[in-house]
Amino acid sequence: MKPAPFEYLAATSAAEAAEALAAANGDGKIIAGGQSLMPMINFRLVKPTILIDINRIAGLDRIEKHGERLRIGATVRHRMTATDALVHRHIPILHDAMHHVAHLTVRNRGTFCGSVCHADPAAEMPVMTLLLDGTITALSIRGERQIAASDFFVGSLMTALEPDEFVTSIDIDTLPPETGWGFEEFSRRHGDFALACVATTLRIVDGVAGDVRFGMMGVGETPLRLPDIETLVEGQAISEMLLQDVSETLKGLLHPNTDIHASADYRLHLAGALARRALRDAWTRATLRKDGADA
Amino acid sequence: MPEKKITLSVSVNGVAHTATVEPRMLLSDFLRHELGLTGTHVGCEHGVCGACTVILDGRSARSCLTLAVQAEGVEIETVEGQGSVDRLGRIQEAFRQHHALQCGFCTPGFIMAITDMLRHHPLESDEQIREALSGNICRCTGYEHIVNAVRELARERGPLT
Repeated sequence: MKPAPFEYLAATSAAEAAEALAAANGDGKIIAGGQSLMPMINFRLVKPTILIDINRIAGLDRIEKHGERLRIGATVRHRMTATDALVHRHIPILHDAMHHVAHLTVRNRGTFCGSVCHADPAAEMPVMTLLLDGTITALSIRGERQIAASDFFVGSLMTALEPDEFVTSIDIDTLPPETGWGFEEFSRRHGDFALACVATTLRIVDGVAGDVRFGMMGVGETPLRLPDIETLVEGQAISEMLLQDVSETLKGLLHPNTDIHASADYRLHLAGALARRALRDAWTRATLRKDGADA
Repeated sequence: MPEKKITLSVSVNGVAHTATVEPRMLLSDFLRHELGLTGTHVGCEHGVCGACTVILDGRSARSCLTLAVQAEGVEIETVEGQGSVDRLGRIQEAFRQHHALQCGFCTPGFIMAITDMLRHHPLESDEQIREALSGNICRCTGYEHIVNAVRELARERGPLT
Protein backbone atom coordinates (compact mmCIF):
# COMPACT_ATOMS: atom_id res chain seq x y z
CA MET A 1 0.00 0.00 0.00
CA LYS A 2 0.94 3.65 -0.23
CA PRO A 3 1.01 6.12 2.66
CA ALA A 4 -1.87 8.51 3.27
CA PRO A 5 -0.93 12.14 2.57
CA PHE A 6 1.12 14.06 5.11
CA GLU A 7 3.34 17.13 5.35
CA TYR A 8 7.07 16.70 5.80
CA LEU A 9 9.58 18.75 7.76
CA ALA A 10 13.32 18.09 7.77
CA ALA A 11 14.03 19.70 11.15
CA THR A 12 17.44 21.32 11.60
CA SER A 13 17.29 21.64 15.39
CA ALA A 14 15.71 19.71 18.26
CA ALA A 15 13.77 22.83 19.25
CA GLU A 16 12.29 23.11 15.74
CA ALA A 17 11.26 19.43 15.85
CA ALA A 18 9.65 19.92 19.30
CA GLU A 19 7.70 22.95 18.08
CA ALA A 20 6.43 21.14 15.00
CA LEU A 21 5.43 18.13 17.10
CA ALA A 22 3.52 20.34 19.55
CA ALA A 23 1.81 22.19 16.70
CA ALA A 24 0.63 18.86 15.23
CA ASN A 25 -1.56 18.36 18.29
CA GLY A 26 -0.89 14.64 18.70
CA ASP A 27 -1.04 13.84 14.97
CA GLY A 28 2.66 14.30 14.22
CA LYS A 29 5.29 11.57 14.06
CA ILE A 30 9.04 11.77 14.39
CA ILE A 31 11.07 9.79 11.84
CA ALA A 32 14.72 8.76 12.19
CA GLY A 33 15.55 5.39 10.60
CA GLY A 34 11.93 4.63 9.73
CA GLN A 35 12.41 0.86 9.81
CA SER A 36 9.45 0.35 12.16
CA LEU A 37 7.43 3.47 11.39
CA MET A 38 7.46 3.28 7.59
CA PRO A 39 5.82 -0.16 7.37
CA MET A 40 3.03 1.14 9.63
CA ILE A 41 2.69 4.25 7.48
CA ASN A 42 2.65 2.19 4.27
CA PHE A 43 -0.12 0.01 5.74
CA ARG A 44 -1.93 3.19 6.88
CA LEU A 45 -1.94 1.86 10.43
CA VAL A 46 -0.41 5.24 11.22
CA LYS A 47 -1.65 8.36 9.45
CA PRO A 48 0.33 11.34 10.68
CA THR A 49 -0.59 14.83 9.46
CA ILE A 50 3.10 15.72 9.56
CA LEU A 51 6.26 13.67 9.54
CA ILE A 52 9.15 15.38 11.31
CA ASP A 53 12.52 14.10 10.15
CA ILE A 54 15.28 14.43 12.79
CA ASN A 55 18.09 12.99 10.65
CA ARG A 56 19.52 16.40 9.78
CA ILE A 57 19.74 17.64 13.38
CA ALA A 58 23.45 17.94 14.25
CA GLY A 59 24.84 16.07 17.24
CA LEU A 60 22.24 13.31 17.61
CA ASP A 61 24.34 10.73 15.75
CA ARG A 62 26.91 10.09 18.49
CA ILE A 63 27.69 7.50 21.16
CA GLU A 64 29.48 9.16 24.08
CA LYS A 65 30.73 7.98 27.47
CA HIS A 66 29.61 10.10 30.42
CA GLY A 67 31.06 8.65 33.61
CA GLU A 68 29.84 5.06 33.91
CA ARG A 69 27.09 5.54 31.33
CA LEU A 70 26.96 5.54 27.54
CA ARG A 71 24.73 8.09 25.86
CA ILE A 72 23.25 6.98 22.54
CA GLY A 73 21.88 9.79 20.39
CA ALA A 74 18.53 9.60 18.60
CA THR A 75 19.93 9.05 15.12
CA VAL A 76 22.62 6.45 16.01
CA ARG A 77 22.08 3.55 13.59
CA HIS A 78 22.14 -0.09 14.63
CA ARG A 79 25.18 -0.47 12.37
CA MET A 80 27.02 2.12 14.47
CA THR A 81 26.04 0.52 17.80
CA ALA A 82 27.14 -2.86 16.42
CA THR A 83 30.60 -1.62 15.45
CA ASP A 84 31.23 1.04 18.12
CA ALA A 85 34.44 0.54 20.14
CA LEU A 86 32.93 1.95 23.37
CA VAL A 87 30.01 -0.49 23.16
CA HIS A 88 32.34 -3.37 22.43
CA ARG A 89 34.63 -2.56 25.34
CA HIS A 90 32.14 -1.50 28.00
CA ILE A 91 28.90 -3.34 27.17
CA PRO A 92 29.85 -6.58 25.40
CA ILE A 93 26.33 -7.98 25.96
CA LEU A 94 24.93 -5.16 23.81
CA HIS A 95 27.53 -5.90 21.16
CA ASP A 96 26.36 -9.54 21.23
CA ALA A 97 22.70 -8.58 21.07
CA MET A 98 23.26 -6.48 17.94
CA HIS A 99 23.91 -9.63 15.92
CA HIS A 100 20.26 -10.55 16.42
CA VAL A 101 18.83 -7.23 15.22
CA ALA A 102 17.03 -7.62 11.90
CA HIS A 103 19.14 -7.70 8.73
CA LEU A 104 22.14 -5.86 7.31
CA THR A 105 20.07 -3.44 5.25
CA VAL A 106 17.71 -2.67 8.13
CA ARG A 107 20.62 -2.16 10.55
CA ASN A 108 22.06 0.43 8.15
CA ARG A 109 19.04 2.70 8.70
CA GLY A 110 17.27 1.63 11.90
CA THR A 111 18.18 3.41 15.14
CA PHE A 112 18.68 2.30 18.75
CA CYS A 113 16.38 5.02 20.11
CA GLY A 114 13.76 4.40 17.42
CA SER A 115 13.58 0.73 18.32
CA VAL A 116 13.12 1.65 22.00
CA CYS A 117 10.34 4.13 21.08
CA HIS A 118 8.61 1.54 18.89
CA ALA A 119 8.62 -0.74 21.97
CA ASP A 120 8.05 -4.02 20.20
CA PRO A 121 7.91 -6.60 23.01
CA ALA A 122 10.11 -8.96 20.96
CA ALA A 123 12.82 -6.47 19.94
CA GLU A 124 16.35 -6.45 21.36
CA MET A 125 17.01 -2.77 22.10
CA PRO A 126 14.05 -2.30 24.50
CA VAL A 127 15.14 -5.24 26.68
CA MET A 128 18.77 -4.06 26.60
CA THR A 129 17.65 -0.59 27.73
CA LEU A 130 15.73 -2.16 30.60
CA LEU A 131 18.58 -4.51 31.55
CA LEU A 132 21.12 -1.67 31.55
CA ASP A 133 18.93 0.62 33.74
CA GLY A 134 18.47 3.02 30.84
CA THR A 135 17.26 6.58 31.16
CA ILE A 136 15.31 7.98 28.25
CA THR A 137 15.63 11.72 27.62
CA ALA A 138 12.49 13.15 26.05
CA LEU A 139 12.11 16.68 24.71
CA SER A 140 9.02 18.79 24.16
CA ILE A 141 8.31 22.52 24.10
CA ARG A 142 7.62 22.09 27.83
CA GLY A 143 11.26 21.14 28.36
CA GLU A 144 13.35 18.04 28.84
CA ARG A 145 12.24 15.03 30.88
CA GLN A 146 14.14 11.94 32.04
CA ILE A 147 12.19 8.68 32.08
CA ALA A 148 13.55 5.52 33.71
CA ALA A 149 13.40 2.48 31.45
CA SER A 150 11.40 0.70 34.17
CA ASP A 151 8.63 3.32 33.71
CA PHE A 152 8.96 3.65 29.93
CA PHE A 153 7.51 0.42 28.52
CA VAL A 154 3.78 0.55 29.19
CA GLY A 155 2.47 -2.12 26.83
CA SER A 156 2.98 -3.68 23.45
CA LEU A 157 4.08 -0.79 21.18
CA MET A 158 3.14 1.63 23.99
CA THR A 159 5.51 3.88 25.93
CA ALA A 160 5.31 6.63 28.55
CA LEU A 161 6.09 9.28 25.92
CA GLU A 162 3.51 12.06 25.70
CA PRO A 163 2.24 12.87 22.18
CA ASP A 164 4.29 16.08 22.08
CA GLU A 165 7.53 14.44 23.30
CA PHE A 166 10.30 12.79 21.37
CA VAL A 167 13.48 11.01 22.43
CA THR A 168 16.78 12.84 21.92
CA SER A 169 19.04 10.27 23.60
CA ILE A 170 19.16 7.24 25.87
CA ASP A 171 21.73 6.67 28.63
CA ILE A 172 22.63 3.11 29.60
CA ASP A 173 24.99 1.54 32.14
CA THR A 174 28.43 0.38 31.16
CA LEU A 175 29.44 -2.80 32.98
CA PRO A 176 32.55 -3.39 35.12
CA PRO A 177 35.17 -5.33 33.13
CA GLU A 178 34.82 -8.52 35.21
CA THR A 179 31.10 -8.78 34.39
CA GLY A 180 30.01 -11.95 32.64
CA TRP A 181 27.01 -11.99 30.32
CA GLY A 182 24.67 -14.32 28.53
CA PHE A 183 22.41 -13.42 25.63
CA GLU A 184 20.23 -16.19 24.26
CA GLU A 185 17.53 -15.64 21.68
CA PHE A 186 15.42 -18.04 19.70
CA SER A 187 13.72 -17.02 16.47
CA ARG A 188 12.51 -19.06 13.50
CA ARG A 189 14.82 -17.38 11.03
CA HIS A 190 17.90 -15.25 11.57
CA GLY A 191 16.91 -11.62 12.09
CA ASP A 192 13.25 -12.32 12.84
CA PHE A 193 11.62 -11.13 16.02
CA ALA A 194 12.32 -13.38 19.00
CA LEU A 195 9.95 -16.08 20.22
CA ALA A 196 11.80 -15.76 23.50
CA CYS A 197 15.02 -14.14 24.64
CA VAL A 198 17.06 -13.95 27.85
CA ALA A 199 19.69 -11.32 28.63
CA THR A 200 21.62 -11.60 31.88
CA THR A 201 24.77 -10.20 33.48
CA LEU A 202 26.54 -11.03 36.75
CA ARG A 203 29.86 -10.79 38.54
CA ILE A 204 31.52 -13.39 40.71
CA VAL A 205 32.20 -12.06 44.19
CA ASP A 206 33.69 -14.49 46.74
CA GLY A 207 32.74 -17.47 44.61
CA VAL A 208 29.07 -16.52 44.19
CA ALA A 209 27.04 -14.40 41.77
CA GLY A 210 26.68 -10.69 42.50
CA ASP A 211 25.09 -7.69 40.71
CA VAL A 212 22.76 -10.09 38.90
CA ARG A 213 20.62 -8.60 36.18
CA PHE A 214 18.07 -10.75 34.37
CA GLY A 215 15.86 -9.58 31.51
CA MET A 216 13.55 -11.29 29.05
CA MET A 217 11.55 -10.41 25.98
CA GLY A 218 9.17 -12.08 23.59
CA VAL A 219 7.23 -13.56 26.50
CA GLY A 220 5.01 -10.63 27.54
CA GLU A 221 3.45 -7.34 26.48
CA THR A 222 6.68 -5.49 27.29
CA PRO A 223 10.32 -6.38 27.80
CA LEU A 224 10.79 -7.64 31.36
CA ARG A 225 13.25 -7.37 34.22
CA LEU A 226 12.68 -10.26 36.61
CA PRO A 227 13.75 -9.22 40.13
CA ASP A 228 12.58 -12.58 41.53
CA ILE A 229 15.12 -14.39 39.36
CA GLU A 230 17.82 -11.83 40.17
CA THR A 231 17.23 -12.41 43.91
CA LEU A 232 17.20 -16.16 43.43
CA VAL A 233 20.59 -16.17 41.69
CA GLU A 234 22.22 -13.41 43.77
CA GLY A 235 24.65 -14.88 46.29
CA GLN A 236 24.57 -18.37 44.71
CA ALA A 237 27.06 -20.28 42.63
CA ILE A 238 25.54 -21.43 39.33
CA SER A 239 24.74 -25.12 39.61
CA GLU A 240 22.42 -27.48 37.76
CA MET A 241 20.10 -27.42 40.78
CA LEU A 242 19.95 -23.61 40.76
CA LEU A 243 19.31 -23.53 37.00
CA GLN A 244 16.48 -26.04 37.46
CA ASP A 245 15.07 -23.81 40.18
CA VAL A 246 15.29 -20.79 37.82
CA SER A 247 13.35 -22.49 35.04
CA GLU A 248 10.68 -23.74 37.49
CA THR A 249 10.33 -20.25 38.98
CA LEU A 250 10.03 -18.71 35.51
CA LYS A 251 6.94 -20.85 34.83
CA GLY A 252 5.15 -19.06 37.66
CA LEU A 253 6.36 -15.60 36.68
CA LEU A 254 5.69 -15.56 32.95
CA HIS A 255 2.36 -15.46 31.15
CA PRO A 256 3.26 -15.62 27.47
CA ASN A 257 0.68 -15.47 24.70
CA THR A 258 -0.16 -18.12 22.18
CA ASP A 259 0.02 -16.71 18.68
CA ILE A 260 0.66 -17.81 15.12
CA HIS A 261 4.40 -18.11 15.85
CA ALA A 262 4.41 -20.20 19.03
CA SER A 263 2.15 -21.54 21.77
CA ALA A 264 2.35 -20.23 25.33
CA ASP A 265 3.62 -23.64 26.51
CA TYR A 266 6.38 -23.64 23.92
CA ARG A 267 7.41 -20.11 24.89
CA LEU A 268 7.59 -21.17 28.56
CA HIS A 269 9.72 -24.16 27.62
CA LEU A 270 12.01 -21.88 25.59
CA ALA A 271 12.22 -19.37 28.44
CA GLY A 272 13.55 -22.04 30.80
CA ALA A 273 16.00 -23.47 28.28
CA LEU A 274 17.34 -20.06 27.26
CA ALA A 275 17.60 -18.91 30.89
CA ARG A 276 19.73 -21.94 31.78
CA ARG A 277 22.03 -21.38 28.80
CA ALA A 278 22.35 -17.62 29.36
CA LEU A 279 23.14 -17.97 33.08
CA ARG A 280 25.70 -20.70 32.37
CA ASP A 281 27.34 -18.44 29.73
CA ALA A 282 27.35 -15.47 32.12
CA TRP A 283 28.94 -17.58 34.88
CA THR A 284 31.61 -18.95 32.53
CA ARG A 285 32.45 -15.52 31.15
CA ALA A 286 32.57 -13.99 34.64
CA THR A 287 34.96 -16.76 35.70
CA LEU A 288 37.22 -16.17 32.70
CA ARG A 289 37.15 -12.40 33.06
CA LYS A 290 37.86 -12.58 36.80
CA ASP A 291 40.83 -14.86 36.17
CA GLY A 292 41.97 -12.51 33.42
CA ALA A 293 41.72 -9.53 35.77
CA ASP A 294 43.55 -11.40 38.55
CA ALA A 295 46.39 -12.46 36.28
CA MET B 1 -5.64 17.71 3.37
CA PRO B 2 -3.65 19.80 0.92
CA GLU B 3 -0.06 18.68 1.21
CA LYS B 4 2.80 20.79 0.05
CA LYS B 5 4.90 19.29 -2.70
CA ILE B 6 8.63 19.40 -2.19
CA THR B 7 11.37 19.89 -4.76
CA LEU B 8 14.38 17.63 -4.28
CA SER B 9 17.73 17.07 -5.93
CA VAL B 10 19.34 13.67 -5.94
CA SER B 11 22.12 11.90 -7.76
CA VAL B 12 21.24 8.48 -9.15
CA ASN B 13 24.16 6.43 -10.47
CA GLY B 14 26.10 9.66 -10.87
CA VAL B 15 23.36 11.50 -12.80
CA ALA B 16 21.76 14.56 -11.15
CA HIS B 17 17.96 14.74 -11.06
CA THR B 18 15.58 17.38 -9.75
CA ALA B 19 11.89 16.66 -9.22
CA THR B 20 8.91 17.95 -7.29
CA VAL B 21 7.03 15.28 -5.37
CA GLU B 22 4.45 14.71 -2.68
CA PRO B 23 6.08 14.02 0.72
CA ARG B 24 4.38 10.63 0.88
CA MET B 25 6.06 9.34 -2.28
CA LEU B 26 8.25 6.34 -1.48
CA LEU B 27 11.77 6.36 -2.87
CA SER B 28 10.99 3.10 -4.69
CA ASP B 29 8.07 4.76 -6.53
CA PHE B 30 10.15 7.87 -7.17
CA LEU B 31 12.85 5.84 -8.90
CA ARG B 32 10.36 3.85 -10.96
CA HIS B 33 7.64 6.37 -11.80
CA GLU B 34 9.40 9.75 -11.74
CA LEU B 35 12.79 8.71 -13.12
CA GLY B 36 11.72 5.65 -15.15
CA LEU B 37 14.36 3.48 -13.46
CA THR B 38 12.29 0.31 -13.24
CA GLY B 39 15.22 -1.94 -12.31
CA THR B 40 14.38 -1.37 -8.65
CA HIS B 41 11.55 -3.79 -7.95
CA VAL B 42 8.71 -3.38 -5.49
CA GLY B 43 7.72 -6.56 -3.67
CA CYS B 44 6.18 -6.42 -0.20
CA GLU B 45 6.32 -2.65 0.32
CA HIS B 46 6.90 -3.04 4.05
CA GLY B 47 10.58 -3.82 4.33
CA VAL B 48 10.50 -7.62 4.45
CA CYS B 49 11.39 -8.94 0.99
CA GLY B 50 14.42 -6.80 0.06
CA ALA B 51 13.52 -6.55 -3.65
CA CYS B 52 13.64 -2.73 -3.54
CA THR B 53 17.13 -2.52 -1.99
CA VAL B 54 19.23 0.40 -3.25
CA ILE B 55 22.36 2.09 -1.93
CA LEU B 56 22.09 5.46 -0.20
CA ASP B 57 25.37 7.28 0.43
CA GLY B 58 27.26 3.99 0.26
CA ARG B 59 25.01 1.78 2.42
CA SER B 60 22.17 -0.49 1.39
CA ALA B 61 18.64 0.61 2.27
CA ARG B 62 15.05 -0.45 1.60
CA SER B 63 13.75 2.12 -0.88
CA CYS B 64 10.16 1.23 0.15
CA LEU B 65 10.94 2.32 3.73
CA THR B 66 12.52 5.59 2.63
CA LEU B 67 10.64 8.65 1.43
CA ALA B 68 11.86 10.31 -1.74
CA VAL B 69 12.05 13.63 0.14
CA GLN B 70 14.48 12.07 2.63
CA ALA B 71 16.91 11.46 -0.24
CA GLU B 72 17.58 15.20 -0.74
CA GLY B 73 21.29 15.54 -1.56
CA VAL B 74 21.87 11.79 -1.28
CA GLU B 75 23.97 9.73 -3.71
CA ILE B 76 21.72 6.87 -4.80
CA GLU B 77 22.95 3.73 -6.52
CA THR B 78 20.50 1.38 -8.24
CA VAL B 79 20.88 -1.80 -10.24
CA GLU B 80 20.96 0.27 -13.46
CA GLY B 81 24.39 1.51 -12.34
CA GLN B 82 25.78 -2.03 -12.22
CA GLY B 83 25.79 -2.80 -15.92
CA SER B 84 23.56 -3.40 -18.92
CA VAL B 85 22.34 -6.44 -20.83
CA ASP B 86 25.29 -6.05 -23.21
CA ARG B 87 27.83 -5.28 -20.51
CA LEU B 88 26.99 -7.06 -17.28
CA GLY B 89 28.56 -5.78 -14.06
CA ARG B 90 30.76 -8.22 -12.12
CA ILE B 91 28.04 -9.22 -9.62
CA GLN B 92 25.53 -9.66 -12.44
CA GLU B 93 28.04 -11.80 -14.35
CA ALA B 94 28.63 -13.96 -11.27
CA PHE B 95 24.85 -14.42 -10.94
CA ARG B 96 24.68 -15.51 -14.60
CA GLN B 97 27.58 -17.93 -14.29
CA HIS B 98 26.22 -19.55 -11.13
CA HIS B 99 22.54 -19.62 -12.19
CA ALA B 100 21.82 -17.47 -9.14
CA LEU B 101 18.50 -16.29 -10.55
CA GLN B 102 15.41 -17.82 -12.10
CA CYS B 103 12.46 -15.45 -12.46
CA GLY B 104 14.71 -12.50 -11.64
CA PHE B 105 12.20 -10.51 -9.60
CA CYS B 106 14.33 -10.45 -6.43
CA THR B 107 17.64 -10.15 -8.29
CA PRO B 108 18.10 -6.33 -8.33
CA GLY B 109 17.64 -6.26 -4.54
CA PHE B 110 20.16 -9.07 -4.08
CA ILE B 111 22.66 -7.36 -6.39
CA MET B 112 22.47 -4.11 -4.41
CA ALA B 113 22.62 -5.83 -1.00
CA ILE B 114 25.65 -7.79 -2.20
CA THR B 115 27.29 -4.56 -3.40
CA ASP B 116 27.12 -3.31 0.20
CA MET B 117 28.25 -6.68 1.59
CA LEU B 118 31.31 -6.80 -0.66
CA ARG B 119 32.32 -3.28 0.36
CA HIS B 120 31.88 -3.65 4.11
CA HIS B 121 31.53 -7.22 5.33
CA PRO B 122 34.06 -9.98 5.97
CA LEU B 123 32.17 -12.81 4.15
CA GLU B 124 34.85 -15.31 5.20
CA SER B 125 32.47 -18.20 5.81
CA ASP B 126 29.23 -19.46 4.28
CA GLU B 127 27.59 -18.64 7.60
CA GLN B 128 28.58 -14.98 7.26
CA ILE B 129 27.42 -14.95 3.64
CA ARG B 130 24.06 -16.51 4.54
CA GLU B 131 23.56 -14.09 7.42
CA ALA B 132 24.34 -11.12 5.17
CA LEU B 133 21.89 -12.43 2.53
CA SER B 134 19.15 -13.09 5.10
CA GLY B 135 17.37 -9.79 4.48
CA ASN B 136 16.49 -10.71 0.88
CA ILE B 137 13.86 -13.25 -0.06
CA CYS B 138 14.06 -15.43 -3.20
CA ARG B 139 11.24 -17.85 -3.97
CA CYS B 140 12.91 -19.65 -6.90
CA THR B 141 16.54 -20.56 -6.36
CA GLY B 142 16.64 -22.02 -2.87
CA TYR B 143 19.56 -19.64 -2.31
CA GLU B 144 22.34 -22.21 -2.90
CA HIS B 145 23.41 -20.72 -6.22
CA ILE B 146 23.25 -17.20 -4.81
CA VAL B 147 25.58 -18.27 -1.98
CA ASN B 148 27.89 -19.83 -4.59
CA ALA B 149 28.00 -16.56 -6.55
CA VAL B 150 28.75 -14.51 -3.44
CA ARG B 151 31.41 -16.97 -2.29
CA GLU B 152 33.23 -16.49 -5.60
CA LEU B 153 32.86 -12.70 -5.44
CA ALA B 154 34.16 -12.66 -1.85
CA ARG B 155 37.15 -14.79 -2.87
CA GLU B 156 37.96 -12.42 -5.74
CA ARG B 157 37.70 -9.45 -3.43
CA GLY B 158 39.94 -10.95 -0.75
CA PRO B 159 39.95 -9.94 2.91
CA LEU B 160 38.68 -6.50 3.90
CA THR B 161 41.46 -4.08 4.76
